Amino acid sequence: MEQLLQHLVNGLVLGGTYALLGIGLTLIFGLMNVVNFAHGEFYTLGAYAAFAALGLAGLDFTLALLGAIAAGALGGALCEVSLLRPLRHESIDTTMLVMIGLWIAMQNGELLVWGGVAKSISHPFPTAPLVLGPVSLAPLRLFVLLVAAALIAASYLLIQRTKLGRAMRATFQDAETSALMGVPIERIHTATFAFGSALAAAAGALLGPIFLAYPSMGDLASLKAFSVVILGGLGNVPGATLGGLLLGVAEELGAGYVSSGYRDAVGFLIIIVVLVLRPAGIFARAERIG
Amino acid sequence: MRRSGRAVAALLALTLPFWLANPYVLHVVIMAGIFGVLALSLNLLLGYTGQLSLGHAAFFGIGAYTSALLTLRLEWSFWVALPAAATAAGLAGWCIGRLALKLRGAYFVLVTISFAGVVSLVSINWMDLTNGPLGLPGVPPPELGPWSLRTKRAYYYLVLAAVAASCLACKRLVGSRIGRAFVALRENESLAESIGVDVTHYLVLAAVVSAGLAGMAGSLYAHYTRFVSPEVFLFTYTVTMVIMVVAGGKGTLAGPLVGAGLFTALPEALRAVTSWQWQMLAYGVLLVLLVFFLPRGIVPALTAVRRRS
Amino acid sequence: MLAVRDVAVRFGGVAALDGVSFEVRPGTITSVIGPNGAGKTTAFNTITGYLRPTRGEVTYDGARLTGLRPSAIARRGIVRTFQRTSVFPALSVADNVRVGLHLSGTAGLLEVLLGRRRLRDEETRLARQADEIVEFVGLRHRRAEIASELPYGEQRLVGLGVALAAGPRVLLLDEPGAGMSAPEKGVVSGLIRRIRDQGATVLLVEHDMRMVMGISDTVIVLNGGRVIAEGAPAAIQAHPDVIRAYLGSASA
Repeated sequence: MEQLLQHLVNGLVLGGTYALLGIGLTLIFGLMNVVNFAHGEFYTLGAYAAFAALGLAGLDFTLALLGAIAAGALGGALCEVSLLRPLRHESIDTTMLVMIGLWIAMQNGELLVWGGVAKSISHPFPTAPLVLGPVSLAPLRLFVLLVAAALIAASYLLIQRTKLGRAMRATFQDAETSALMGVPIERIHTATFAFGSALAAAAGALLGPIFLAYPSMGDLASLKAFSVVILGGLGNVPGATLGGLLLGVAEELGAGYVSSGYRDAVGFLIIIVVLVLRPAGIFARAERIG
Repeated sequence: MRRSGRAVAALLALTLPFWLANPYVLHVVIMAGIFGVLALSLNLLLGYTGQLSLGHAAFFGIGAYTSALLTLRLEWSFWVALPAAATAAGLAGWCIGRLALKLRGAYFVLVTISFAGVVSLVSINWMDLTNGPLGLPGVPPPELGPWSLRTKRAYYYLVLAAVAASCLACKRLVGSRIGRAFVALRENESLAESIGVDVTHYLVLAAVVSAGLAGMAGSLYAHYTRFVSPEVFLFTYTVTMVIMVVAGGKGTLAGPLVGAGLFTALPEALRAVTSWQWQMLAYGVLLVLLVFFLPRGIVPALTAVRRRS
Repeated sequence: MLAVRDVAVRFGGVAALDGVSFEVRPGTITSVIGPNGAGKTTAFNTITGYLRPTRGEVTYDGARLTGLRPSAIARRGIVRTFQRTSVFPALSVADNVRVGLHLSGTAGLLEVLLGRRRLRDEETRLARQADEIVEFVGLRHRRAEIASELPYGEQRLVGLGVALAAGPRVLLLDEPGAGMSAPEKGVVSGLIRRIRDQGATVLLVEHDMRMVMGISDTVIVLNGGRVIAEGAPAAIQAHPDVIRAYLGSASA
């Protein structure tokens, strides 16, 4: 029983960051209809940005986190304006190929800049785990969980309560009408992509200190983000939150009770199983007949 | 190509090991051939039915492992192991085809990536079968009667035959009613259905043939390098395949071959000058540039230029 | 004979079709008309298998069509055209029609890969048939042009050619006059008559009254998801319910 609770807690820590990844991608894939295979690269960007801020600029941990988020937002905005905006009227396949190209370029760019050896990201927390009843939790992980929760709440508030959030929802529900009503569509697209990438970067900066930072860490992050989005439904922020938590817990339980080698398979299997069993379900794109 | 051009090319190809005897160059040519078959296989799916598979490395790997295991553990002859490898990969293709049938576009891509991911994890973790990360060394070279095809020159002819056979198969397929059905699905699926094209049947067919070809390439690879490890499932191979097809010209027959030649020779030529990370970085940038400036690929662009002049 | 029996289609809470029944007599040109939202397109899509009815069935010569995929329905000789997206965009006109001849070919995978001689003869035959159809719809001068580059009216003709290539016994035309100029409509009307004269049955959905009354043997009027009248063009034009339906929708 204690083991189960431990796994659950570990799963929630991981799941919180998966939720961040998922929320970001559900906005980009679900609302903007962009197959963002580079999403994981913004996750990696966040981790390396935190590394640079801490190790090279000597900033404190919270600032480094903010720096990582800013890096993600900036990078996202740049990519949207230079790559996606010109292609906005092309087919989804074209943007997909461009994002694949971006994925490869970013990853190998990181490889060249930082080298292939994994980097450890320093953090100010004591290593001795806190003991809360039957579970023990490293202070760092508790911090990660709390920050993730805060960011998730902040995202939700941004989308539901702010002017920007309203403009986003309006744009993606009915672009034409929104444009007529004066919503700056182009800027909303940039803002959405920047926001999604910032969340991915936050996830990277949070998980980086727990695991290590290495150039290909984004590959699995991308795929797990997709499985969260597929689980929770495209464009569905609460769904992505729930999906992220579920994935984190499922991975921990799988690693603990089945086999740790197949841990990453959970995300893959979710994608396959959900897409196969509910193919028309949540993602029916109305087929134009005639 | 005109007939005289084709005859000259054929003659050059048949005599290549004699006028290009440098073993390193021959190695590059052999790898280009293997990748050529791979690119042709991906092209069937991407160029003709319009579905992108980012998991083709899985079919390649399944072919490689099947062939290696059959010849190593069961001591089968290469000539039986090759078709068996193609069949195993084809079966996997059938599964993907049937499973992913209702999915199109991005969702199909995601399922193929996930499938490749699972297969890769299995190859790493199922030690008893695949020897895990240590891989399978000592894969035997093919035997033809009393000769063992272990020299580069001999293997060149094997790969040449495979490339020629694949080209012929693709050409016949594409120029037939089946090929037209593929294209119909890519161009306008509802319309294709209305004139009797069974979508299920043809998408699965495309997946099976495509996977089978990739599996054959895997077998050729295994018996050439004589070592198979989970590295065959590396995403790098898939990326390279996609670049070859997209850059060469998807939906054409020559495109994938041109792409394969270019992107096997180029890295080797650049290797002396720069590291593979730069090369992969360049691939990424190149893909983006291609989408913007040369969306149909090199071969169609050249054809258009030739037509205009 | 194509028979529609008590077909109903619901979208959410709305009944697009509410118990529609009619028969299409073989060898005739039958038109389905009605005000906007009457259910014409829904009926069309249901007959050809792109929609599944919530109730009722469609049969052809007694055999059930409901529940079959569109490609299976096409194999039974019922072929439809499309109003938008009516062609294979990247292919030439001739290639478009050649794809349409899919059901006319018999090549299987093994034969294709082995390159049997029989196939070469079949391909020649198919190419010739495609040319005949391109000629029939009057696009011989366009046969090598890419379909997506043609003007709308000619694209519809290509679409017609593709459907004819599938050898239909019943040809369903989705607003063949939509977006066409008067002379183009004349050409299409002439083609439709010739198709009927060659033995096919034609069912069309159309808004242009003049075109409908000019070529139809039978007219079926839908309103609010139901059949409100059926008969010869002259009778329909004078039918009080029909006039009321159109006037009603015009004033609404």
